[in-house]
Amino acid sequence: MLRVAAPLMVGIVLLALWQGIVVSYNVPKYLVPSPLAILHALIDDWALLSDSLLVTLKITLLAFLMSILIGVAVAFLFVQNRMVEMSLFPYAVLLQVTPVVAIAPLIIIWVKDPTRSLVFCATIVALFPIISNSILGLRSVNPGLLNLFKMNKASRWQTLTRLRVPSALPYFFGGLRISCGLSLIGAVVAEFVAGTGGTGSGLAYQILQAGYQLNIPRLFAALFLITITGVLLFVGMVVLSKLALGGWHESELTPET
Amino acid sequence: MVDLWGVEKTYANGTQALAETSLTFNEGEFISLLGPSGCGKSTLLKMIAGLAEPSNGKIRWWNHGLDQVGGPGRKMVMVFQDATLMPWARVGANVRLPLELAGSKGPEADRAVADVLKLVGLERFEQSFPRELSGGMQMRASIARALVTEPNLLLMDEPFGALDEITRNRLDGDLRELWAKKKLTIVFVTHSIYEAVYLSTRVVVMSARPGRVSREVLIDAPAFGSGARSEAFRVSQEFAGYCKELSDALAQASGEGGVDH
Repeated sequence: MLRVAAPLMVGIVLLALWQGIVVSYNVPKYLVPSPLAILHALIDDWALLSDSLLVTLKITLLAFLMSILIGVAVAFLFVQNRMVEMSLFPYAVLLQVTPVVAIAPLIIIWVKDPTRSLVFCATIVALFPIISNSILGLRSVNPGLLNLFKMNKASRWQTLTRLRVPSALPYFFGGLRISCGLSLIGAVVAEFVAGTGGTGSGLAYQILQAGYQLNIPRLFAALFLITITGVLLFVGMVVLSKLALGGWHESELTPET
Repeated sequence: MVDLWGVEKTYANGTQALAETSLTFNEGEFISLLGPSGCGKSTLLKMIAGLAEPSNGKIRWWNHGLDQVGGPGRKMVMVFQDATLMPWARVGANVRLPLELAGSKGPEADRAVADVLKLVGLERFEQSFPRELSGGMQMRASIARALVTEPNLLLMDEPFGALDEITRNRLDGDLRELWAKKKLTIVFVTHSIYEAVYLSTRVVVMSARPGRVSREVLIDAPAFGSGARSEAFRVSQEFAGYCKELSDALAQASGEGGVDH
């Protein structure tokens, strides 16, 4: 109860403070709009903004899905063989450290279809945490249990599905929490790059356009939608991990007092 | 049923964990490997289990194929220092695991799991998660998992080392009873003289640096039951006598080594 109420109170106080300062000092809307003005913009421009939201959401979710599929596949490949991991892992790191803003223009030129190119960019951003967390998880197996499987003459496949995968789940869900936010960031960054080129319809494009037109309340409204999307994605992952691990993993147990 | 001929283990860094050792384990025995840390008793057990290979010497299982771990149709299982249960699976599923890995399913497996849980006194906890059980109960589940495949040889590596003395005594009593009832063959690693005397039919005394066998003592106290042993054994003259004998053997062995203390 307090966990929801306390941050909510802080939010309300801050918003009221913001509203109060903007109104009492008569700050012009095109510099800092008041929360109420932003709410207005959100309602008035809902048709426009909701379309953009759907576009961004679609790119985000597709990129998230792609990064899970690719990331898990790569992790499985890497743990099969130390040699494979040794030779390929540096390139996975390369993927992580290359700023997507720098390569997005190239990708947008190479991949014609705008949705595909944006998903591609966002996937690159979101991929690495899934790979590294899944690898860590698949390797974090209790050595005693590994011996037990060995003594019971378990096949490689049985050891993978019955031991390595369940052991990896907590790490995998940790990766999901990081990655869902990153896929949104990746989607927005890619949209920005595409938007400066004059194409686009996502929330980032709305922010760019609103900025050009000095329609600052709409800019804030779009920003607000991006933030909310990110928070909801994160909460979704928390719930998912609770459902999957709630029965047994330390991270999801409520301490008994 | 298991013969060791001149078995020796030296690790890659040059440490000799176990000097040349020859031993024979017979069907139906309850053997304890007793010794201080570093005497190679766990290493010896791992080699019998096939989890480690001797650097030298031979192990033969059930008079079968010299380099073939185990033997056709024979089962060896091991109970580890920790319960090593899968935290994501309920007790029932944990116990069933060896059956499933071997491909047996259905009502037969259900019955085997139920029987063995009853045997260790966990029949009411089939649906519990391991973390909901006490340390002693987790160990019971681990033993149930070991027994579910009806093994020919049960290897135990200080299974009760992490438990309090009261729980440990109770589990020792139950284990000895199980051994008699199911006609098991057990090789039990421990550093407790009392536990070794109470449980075993034969105690192999080992000493450290390098690990080696220094003495073998047969424990025979028919007055307190040749199968399950009564608690009275623990406070008897015979018990004290065996403890003294083993303790002397241990002291003498570490004197022979002459390196430490």
